[in-house]
Amino acid sequence: MVPLSYYLVLSGILFTCGVLGFLIKRNIITIFMSIELMLNGVNLSFVAFAAHWQALSGQVFVFFVMVVAAAETAVGLAIIIAVFRTRATLNVDHVNLLKL
Amino acid sequence: MTLHLWLIPVLPLIGAAINGLLGRRFSRQNVAAVALGFCGAAFVCALYVAARFSSPSVPYIEHLAPWIRAGNFHADFSFYLDQLSLVMLLVVTGVGFLIHIYSVGYMWEEGGFYRFFSYLNLFMFFMLTLVLASNYLVMFIGWEGVGLASYLLIGFWFTKDSAASAGKKAFIVNRIGDFGFLIALFLMIKHFGSLNFGQVFQSVSGMEVEKSGAGLLTSIGLLLMVGAAGKSAQIPLYVWLPDAMEGPTPVSALIHAATMVTAGVYMVARSHVIFERAPIALMVVAIIGTLTALFAATIGIAQTDIKKVLAYSTISQLGYMFMACGVAAFSAAIFHLMTHAFFKGLLFLAAGSVIHAVGGEQDMRRMGGLRQYIPWTFWTMTAATFAIAGFPPFAGFFSKDEILWRASRVSLVYWGIGLFTAFLTSFYMFRLWFLTFFGEYRGGGGAAQEPAATHGGHAHEMHGHSGIHESPRVMLVPLVILAVLSVLGGWVGVPGSLGGSNRFDKFLSPVFHSTIPPRQSEGMPPEERTEGAEPAAGRSQELLYTAISVGAAAFGLYLAWLLYRRRPELPARIAQRLGRVYDAVANKYYVDQLYAILFVKPVVEGSKEILWHGIDQNIIDGAVNDSAYNARHVSDAVRHMQSGNIRSYAGWIAAGAAAVIAYMVWLGVR
Repeated sequence: MVPLSYYLVLSGILFTCGVLGFLIKRNIITIFMSIELMLNGVNLSFVAFAAHWQALSGQVFVFFVMVVAAAETAVGLAIIIAVFRTRATLNVDHVNLLKL
Repeated sequence: MTLHLWLIPVLPLIGAAINGLLGRRFSRQNVAAVALGFCGAAFVCALYVAARFSSPSVPYIEHLAPWIRAGNFHADFSFYLDQLSLVMLLVVTGVGFLIHIYSVGYMWEEGGFYRFFSYLNLFMFFMLTLVLASNYLVMFIGWEGVGLASYLLIGFWFTKDSAASAGKKAFIVNRIGDFGFLIALFLMIKHFGSLNFGQVFQSVSGMEVEKSGAGLLTSIGLLLMVGAAGKSAQIPLYVWLPDAMEGPTPVSALIHAATMVTAGVYMVARSHVIFERAPIALMVVAIIGTLTALFAATIGIAQTDIKKVLAYSTISQLGYMFMACGVAAFSAAIFHLMTHAFFKGLLFLAAGSVIHAVGGEQDMRRMGGLRQYIPWTFWTMTAATFAIAGFPPFAGFFSKDEILWRASRVSLVYWGIGLFTAFLTSFYMFRLWFLTFFGEYRGGGGAAQEPAATHGGHAHEMHGHSGIHESPRVMLVPLVILAVLSVLGGWVGVPGSLGGSNRFDKFLSPVFHSTIPPRQSEGMPPEERTEGAEPAAGRSQELLYTAISVGAAAFGLYLAWLLYRRRPELPARIAQRLGRVYDAVANKYYVDQLYAILFVKPVVEGSKEILWHGIDQNIIDGAVNDSAYNARHVSDAVRHMQSGNIRSYAGWIAAGAAAVIAYMVWLGVR
């Protein structure tokens, strides 16, 4: 059996990748994917703990996160398309109309 | 026995409220009717109280309402009637009512008629509260209130700069005295736990006479005297009273001669139990009184403004009263207070009538020969002049003589100075009399119009009619009544040596009986309780002293006649001969200038340089400005965090989360 700590380390690596991608990348699609990566990194630690403690609530919570992520993706992609139509770019640094 | 004492002060208060709130819409007749009605009603109440007052040895106390109750300390609204307050009550309401009547005539042409009477009634309320109070705190209400009324009335013509600043001066100088009074009250609260006359005097009665050094009673006595010196214009706080003559003349008569300025004497007399046990404080009272009497009288000689002469004369006479208090002759002080209220009130009213007659002129050098034009004023003023100069059988003779006689039993120095002052009093009063009423009229034809602009008669210029004229009857009636009182008022206290029995002294004796057990009373004059059984030798001696003081008064009359009637060119030559001495006297010994340098200038400069430029501008404003300045600089530094860049925010969030995790890990590891 794979020890719990392996899962957690992988989960941490995934989350950190997500954070770094979110901070560094300029392409809005990539940023979006980075967010998904962070969510899934957390999901991994949820299911790992659920398996380790033999408790279902972790699994349930993962489903809940997935639902929220799906909803978020739907809204987020719609926004991205709208932004691309008006600004003809996906670079977030160029989407700065509200900035002082 | 219910006397409804509360009615006496409250009636004038109602009058003040009606006139003050609604008077603007009233006609002059209605304003006068309200003011006179309520003031007269108070007088009637006072007469009723006097008739019902059956002279018991215990004071009548009327409890109205609780006021301050803190722990064991009680100070309630309650009134206190004994022989002393009864005398004050009658003097204040009686003289006050007469002056109200006079004011109707005097102020008829003035603007702010309703305001004047509202203030005047307000003054009556506070003065009556002062004399009827049954504890020092209620007395203090009246004390401050009369100061307020005095301020308002001195500055009645507030558009005139000198009147406004005279009002301020009176108010501020009085505050200095009140400061002393307040501290005395705090000492009483601390040590006796009460301010009620009854309890305080009872506590004090149990204490020893403070023969040497300064103890509690001496400090209280001296502080009370500071308060009295402020209110009653004694050295060194007398400077406000001459300036207070900027107010309308009835005000000078009522407040600054007859009633308010005597509040200090009343307070000292009321506190006689304390003063009797503090010989040092008593001596200070006597010395201040004696010096003030002399000092003010010398200034009075060289004044040319008729009201200023009377003002210095008032200060001088108040000095007599304090001299009397200082030699423990409290009833003599109150006697002089009463007769002084009559004749000095009359003098001021008559002076007002003179000023009225000559169209606002106040300078005696521009009067003269008024005798045939204004006979009523002349004769009433004559009565008052003889009374203040101390000629028998006028009122001032008996009271002043009693003071001098009692002073001579304590120290011949007091008596000598008092006698010399009596001579000076007679001299400057007859100087005023001769300058005003005798000789040729020196005012010139245009006097009725021209000097009004310079001499503060204010609205008298509106009289319009030229020529000297007698005052209307409403002003003359009070003059005549006060003249009768000035002549006869002294007869209630004819001393034993002149075949009387000094009923006034006997009447007041339940108040002023010494509370010191006999074995301790060596410090007191032995005549204190043996007045009636005085040996014949003492009696003839008293007669001799009386004769000497009458002689001094007569000499003053003669000298004034010589200098201002017979040889009018002499005073100028004497003044020239004396040179700088005369200058000093004519300029009131430069006391005002000295105070300006010693007190006013340091305060003004200190306020400007230290308080304004230093504390206010640098510290207070500086603190506000600096905090704004610093906030801006800090913001300048940290505003770069708020870039509007999502990713830099996310970076901060990540960094924050990392910091929190690191902290929790550290907690776990520890």
